[in-house]
Amino acid sequence: MADEVITNIKNKFGDAILEVFEKTPRRTYITVNPDTLPDVAEYLYKDLGARFQIASGTHLVDCFEILYHFALDKSDRIVNLRVKLDLEKPSIESCAIRVPATEWIEREMHELLGIEFRNHPDMRHLLLTDDWPEGNYPLRRDWKDWRGGENGNEG
Amino acid sequence: MATKAKTQIIPVGPYHPLQEEPEFFKLHVVGEKVVKLDIEIGYNHRGIEKLAEDLTYDQVPFLVERICGICSTSHPFACVNAIEDVGGHEVPERAKYIRTFVGELERIHSHLLWLGLAGHFLGYNTVWMWAWKYREPVLDLFELITGNRNHYAMFRPGGVRRDIADEDIPTGIRMLDGLLKPLILFRDVALHDPVLQARTKDVGVLTYDDCVELGALGPTSRASGVPWDVRRDHPYAAYDKVDWDVVVTHNGDVFDKVVVRVLEMVECVKICKQCLEKLREVRDGIDANIKEIPPGEGCGHHEAPRGEVFHFCKSDGTNKPVRYKVRAPSFMNVPTNNRACVGYTVSDATITLAAIDPCYCCTERSIVVDAENGNKIMGWKELLTLSQQKTRKLMDKYTSRMDRIWT
Amino acid sequence: MSLKLKALTKSIWVFHMAASPCNNCDIEILDLLTPKWDVERFGIQLVGSIRHADAVLVTGSMNRKVRERLKRVLAQAPQPCFVIALGNCSCSMEMFGKSYNQMMCLDEVAEVDAYIAGCPPKPEAMIQGIVALIQAKLAALKK
Repeated sequence: MADEVITNIKNKFGDAILEVFEKTPRRTYITVNPDTLPDVAEYLYKDLGARFQIASGTHLVDCFEILYHFALDKSDRIVNLRVKLDLEKPSIESCAIRVPATEWIEREMHELLGIEFRNHPDMRHLLLTDDWPEGNYPLRRDWKDWRGGENGNEG
Repeated sequence: MATKAKTQIIPVGPYHPLQEEPEFFKLHVVGEKVVKLDIEIGYNHRGIEKLAEDLTYDQVPFLVERICGICSTSHPFACVNAIEDVGGHEVPERAKYIRTFVGELERIHSHLLWLGLAGHFLGYNTVWMWAWKYREPVLDLFELITGNRNHYAMFRPGGVRRDIADEDIPTGIRMLDGLLKPLILFRDVALHDPVLQARTKDVGVLTYDDCVELGALGPTSRASGVPWDVRRDHPYAAYDKVDWDVVVTHNGDVFDKVVVRVLEMVECVKICKQCLEKLREVRDGIDANIKEIPPGEGCGHHEAPRGEVFHFCKSDGTNKPVRYKVRAPSFMNVPTNNRACVGYTVSDATITLAAIDPCYCCTERSIVVDAENGNKIMGWKELLTLSQQKTRKLMDKYTSRMDRIWT
Repeated sequence: MSLKLKALTKSIWVFHMAASPCNNCDIEILDLLTPKWDVERFGIQLVGSIRHADAVLVTGSMNRKVRERLKRVLAQAPQPCFVIALGNCSCSMEMFGKSYNQMMCLDEVAEVDAYIAGCPPKPEAMIQGIVALIQAKLAALKK
């Protein structure tokens, strides 16, 4: 039954599915074209009844990568949708309207990694203080500690 | 001619010390009704994900344990599940039973803690004292087995750090048997007390659709009929080897959340006793001795007392993670307050906010503002007093069994 | 001054300030009020406002968002008021010191009268810490 899920996704989205890696029967990693991601996410959430767990953004050497984790509770499987974004200007369409559970995590990824989520309904700071300097993203590999002093106590 | 709604200004008593800044929960009211809820978080943000990138895989469970003190085993549980998922490592049977046992014992202590706090918010301080009094034997058992009342440091990638000695098993079973009687007492009184029902039935209702849309987890969603439980749907550790039931109710109000948690505690005792019995027979070791984590990615989750805890680990073959993502269940549950609080009275706000079982700390930071002009009307202490006064009035109206039994 | 200080040693009213803790220390503080230890029989109680407090128990490692508010709260405390750093996080920031959201240790913001270490400190350790503090202050009074 779980393989039906993968076949359905492949049939529906065709070329937008760049790669499918079935690590184990319980863990599948699907690389998707960033432009089609909101459609695939909505399909998983609305049509396949998957539960959105969370999204993990990572700053890699050659790109920004976001993994959207969806749980298919009825078939004991986690489907991870991977998108790779441009290193200079990472930007992707927001899923917050179509999959409401993604609203907060997109805010968090924006403020900690600097990824732009286009058309997000409420993009403001979630965790960091409002006086955190613009353009300073702590989870990036090359984050510079702007705070000064020992342990950053002058920031 | 439009008439302006008359807003009541409730005199503010001693100001809550943290009044000057935007609070965690800001309730906008018109009269007595909450019309809008602003949520602001970040007061406990310590940058754990970034810190984890500098630690070895053996050290990460110690760090994540300190994300939350109440479910301090849930994060290490999900952590080791994620790290083991990277390389597909298997864990010995005995370690699985020990993990399950510790995880379920923690659920008992967490739910009893919540029951006590819910009693306090409603004005039944005796419920608070009794629930926490019965928590103490659970913590004593933890101390006997792990060495600490909280922050047990039992988990490591590949197994557990300490074994449970055979001579401790009868002590554990005796404690669990002794706990069953008070739990059944709590269950019977909670189910039948008229004042509790008057305070919590049809209050703070979260519908099935709300929960599915926002991805609410744990008892918060199981009280609304959404039967998500990671222990049953994605079995791990020994959950598929013991006999237990998932508790689901359908009304989605605060009363249902109380019922789900109380009934879950009884299930936990069942699981714990079965695990302890099994530990007398299964003796294949407690550690798989994992030597290295290969490059790859791993997802791990655990059903914490509040819902699913999810950890994601990305490895490049070195001994430190490239990326470590943590998602606590309250991250998905807290936004549901927007749907649960709005439209209800302000005196019900305390118990509704507490019903999703967030950090105790976070609920302390709530204020109420006038929806028209944004002026602060009351702080946390006044909100709490309002809730307790409402219960007092209802106690005059109904004869509460809780009064006769508890006070 | 010495009369006020002497009065402080009986029935201490305690204000609990949570500055980004993991909540474990906070739960152990509340445990002190429950039947097993029941410090209320000594007159020690938790108060809702720092203006009524004789002692402040600070837990947690105090992140950016909380630092300013903590300073403001401590400034509102009527003197004399003991500041007690409870738990490893407030004593020394524990493992969170290197985080991007961390500021500084509690004793760089306020003068700390007692450090009660532990993760979390057991309720017995907390009682011992408070008793030791009272005894130290009494001894200082007598000099």
